[in-house]
Amino acid sequence: MKSQSKKDQSAKRKNNVQKFMQRDQVFDFLTPKATPKLDLSHNVILYLEDISVSFDGFKAINDLNLYIEAGELRCIIGPNGAGKSTMMDIITGKTRPDAGMAWFGQRINLLELSEAEIAEAGIGRKFQKPTVFEMLSVEQNLELAMAQDKSVWALLRTKITSEQADHIDEVLQSIGLIELRNDMAGKLSHGQKQWLEIGMLLMQKPQLLLVDEPVAGMTHQEMDRTAELLTSLAGKHSVVVVEHDMDFVRSIAKKVTVLHQGSVLSEGTMDHVQNDQRVIEVYLGE
Amino acid sequence: MNRLAFLQDDRGGKIFLTILAIATVTIPMFNLLVPETSVFHISIYTVTLLGKYLTYALLAVAADLVWGYLGILSLGHGAFFALGGYAMGMYLMLQIGDRGVYGNAELPDFMVFLNFQELPWFWGGFDQFWFAIIMVVAVPGLLAYVFGYLAFRSRVTGVYLSIITQALTYALMLAFFRNEMGFGGANGLTDFKEILGFSLQSDMTRNALFIASAVALALGYLSCRYIVSSRLGLLCVAIRDAETRTRFIGYKVENAKLWIFTFSAMLAGIAGALYVPQVGIINPNEFSPLNSIELIIWVAIGGRATLYGAVIGALLVNYSKTYFTAALPEVWLFALGALFVLVTLYLPKGIAGMKKNKAAKA
Repeated sequence: MKSQSKKDQSAKRKNNVQKFMQRDQVFDFLTPKATPKLDLSHNVILYLEDISVSFDGFKAINDLNLYIEAGELRCIIGPNGAGKSTMMDIITGKTRPDAGMAWFGQRINLLELSEAEIAEAGIGRKFQKPTVFEMLSVEQNLELAMAQDKSVWALLRTKITSEQADHIDEVLQSIGLIELRNDMAGKLSHGQKQWLEIGMLLMQKPQLLLVDEPVAGMTHQEMDRTAELLTSLAGKHSVVVVEHDMDFVRSIAKKVTVLHQGSVLSEGTMDHVQNDQRVIEVYLGE
Repeated sequence: MNRLAFLQDDRGGKIFLTILAIATVTIPMFNLLVPETSVFHISIYTVTLLGKYLTYALLAVAADLVWGYLGILSLGHGAFFALGGYAMGMYLMLQIGDRGVYGNAELPDFMVFLNFQELPWFWGGFDQFWFAIIMVVAVPGLLAYVFGYLAFRSRVTGVYLSIITQALTYALMLAFFRNEMGFGGANGLTDFKEILGFSLQSDMTRNALFIASAVALALGYLSCRYIVSSRLGLLCVAIRDAETRTRFIGYKVENAKLWIFTFSAMLAGIAGALYVPQVGIINPNEFSPLNSIELIIWVAIGGRATLYGAVIGALLVNYSKTYFTAALPEVWLFALGALFVLVTLYLPKGIAGMKKNKAAKA
C-alpha cells in the first residue's frame, strides 16, 4: 500500500513537472496581449451599454446606452453636469465605469485597455483647450503627432518617408492650413489652433474622433469652416462632437443625442429633439 | 556633403564652424612659424588661453542642449565637467612616475604625503590613456544616467530639478575636498609632466591640445546640431513647451530627457578632460555651484537654443573675465552682473537672438 501511494506521488510529481515543462505551450503572462482588430461587420463602431459611474455617491452617468455607427457624425448636447465629459473619459479609458460595457467595434473591449492602448486602437480625443507646440511649425506639429515608432533612437535616425509626407499634405489640406505649413504654431489664431489640433488627431489615423467643444471662442467664419471640416471628416472617420452652441450643432448634425443627468434623454434629428417636450423642459427649466 | 544636410538651415552654425576652422589652422601657425619678434606672433600663453576658452565653449554647448532645447535648467553641469577633468587628471598624475617631489614611482605625491600605502583600487587602469578616455565619458555619463533616471522618472521638473542638480555638484565638491577620498583633497591633482609621452610644457603639445579642443568643439557642435535638427530635436522642443501634451501623444518623455541629459553630461566630461592638461590643475573648486551658475550665464548671454550662441557667450564672458580680472580685479564681478542684467533686459534672447530679431523685423 505504502509503496503504491509513494508511486502515485512520484507519478503526480512527474506529471506536474511535465505540465510545467510542456514545450508546445507558453505561460499566459508571456504571450503578448494583442489588441484584436477593429471589427465593424455590424456597422456600429461604439457600443456603450448600461454604463454607470458615481463619484462620491453622485451618479455622473446613470444607465447610459449609446451606439455610434461607423462613419457617423454625432452631436451630443446637454446642460452642464449632464455627464458629457465623463462619457468621453470612459471611452478614452481615463475613468472606469462602475457597471456596464463599452465596446469599440465588435471585438475590442475598451474596459480592458489602458489609455495609451485605446489611443493606439484608434480612438482620438481633442480636448477643449487647444494645446499645440507653439515654437514648432504647423508641419512639425503634425510630424510629431504622426503614428510612428516613438523610441528615442528611432526618432534620432528617422527621415520623413514620401508616404508620411503625403499624409501630412493630405491632413494640411483638410484642416485648411496648407499655406501656413511653415508658420510657427504660436502665431496661429485661436480657431486655427483648434484645426491644427484636429489635424494632429488625424495624423494618428483614428477610426473614431471625439471632439470636445470645438467652436468655443471662435468667430462665425471660423465656426462655418469648422463645420465644414467636421462634416468632411465624417464618412472616413466616425466623429462624436460635444458642443454647447446650438446653432453650430444645427449646422452639422444629422443625429443629435441629448444627455441629462447621466443618461440619454432624447435622440434623433435636430428637429425631433427640439420638439421633444422633455428636452424643452430640461433646457428651458420647469 | 549629403551627410551634413542637417546644417543646411543653420547659417550661424556655418559661420561659426568656418571661423573655428580658420582659427584652428592659423593660430598654431602664427605661434609656431612666425618669429617671436614679429607683431603677428601669438604667444603660447594666448594659444593655451584660447584652448581653455574652447573647452568652456564645448561645455556651454552641452548645457545649451539640455537647457535651450529641452528646458532642463541644470545648475550642476559643472560637476560633469569636473568629473571628466578628474579622470584625465588621474591619468596625467600617473604619468609623472618617479619624477614627483617624493620620487615614488608607484604613488602620486599627495598619496605619499597622506600616508597611502598603495594605489586605491579606483585608480587602477588610469595609467592607460585609452582607459582614462573611456572613463572621461563613462563616469559623467553614468552619473547623469542614474541621476536622470531617478529625477525624470519621478517627474521632477523646473526649479526643483535645478535645486537638486545644484545639490549634486555641491555634494561632490564636499566629497572631493576630503583627503580620504583619494583624489588629492583640497589641492586636487596637479604638477602634471606629460601626456602620451609629450611634455605638457612644450609649445608643440600645447598647440596640439588647442587643436584637439577645437576639433572636439566642432564635433560636439555637429552632434548637438544633428540631434536638434532630427525629429528627436522637435520632440525636445515639444517637451520643453508642453510636456504633458507630448506625453499624451504617446511619447516617453522620461526616456528622451534621460538620453539627452546623459549625452550632454558626456560632452561636458570631454570638455573637462581637455581643460585639465591646458590649465595644469584640477581641484574640487571646479565642482563649486558658482561655476555651474556662471556657465548658465554664458548660455543666457550668448542666446539659448541656438548652440552657436552658447559658444559666443562662453568666449565673450571668459575673455572679459580674463581682461577684467587682470586690469581691474575689483570690478569683474560687477561687470559680470551688469552684463547679465543688461542682456536680460535688452536682449532677452541673448546676443545670437539679436540677429534673429532684426531678420524677423525686416
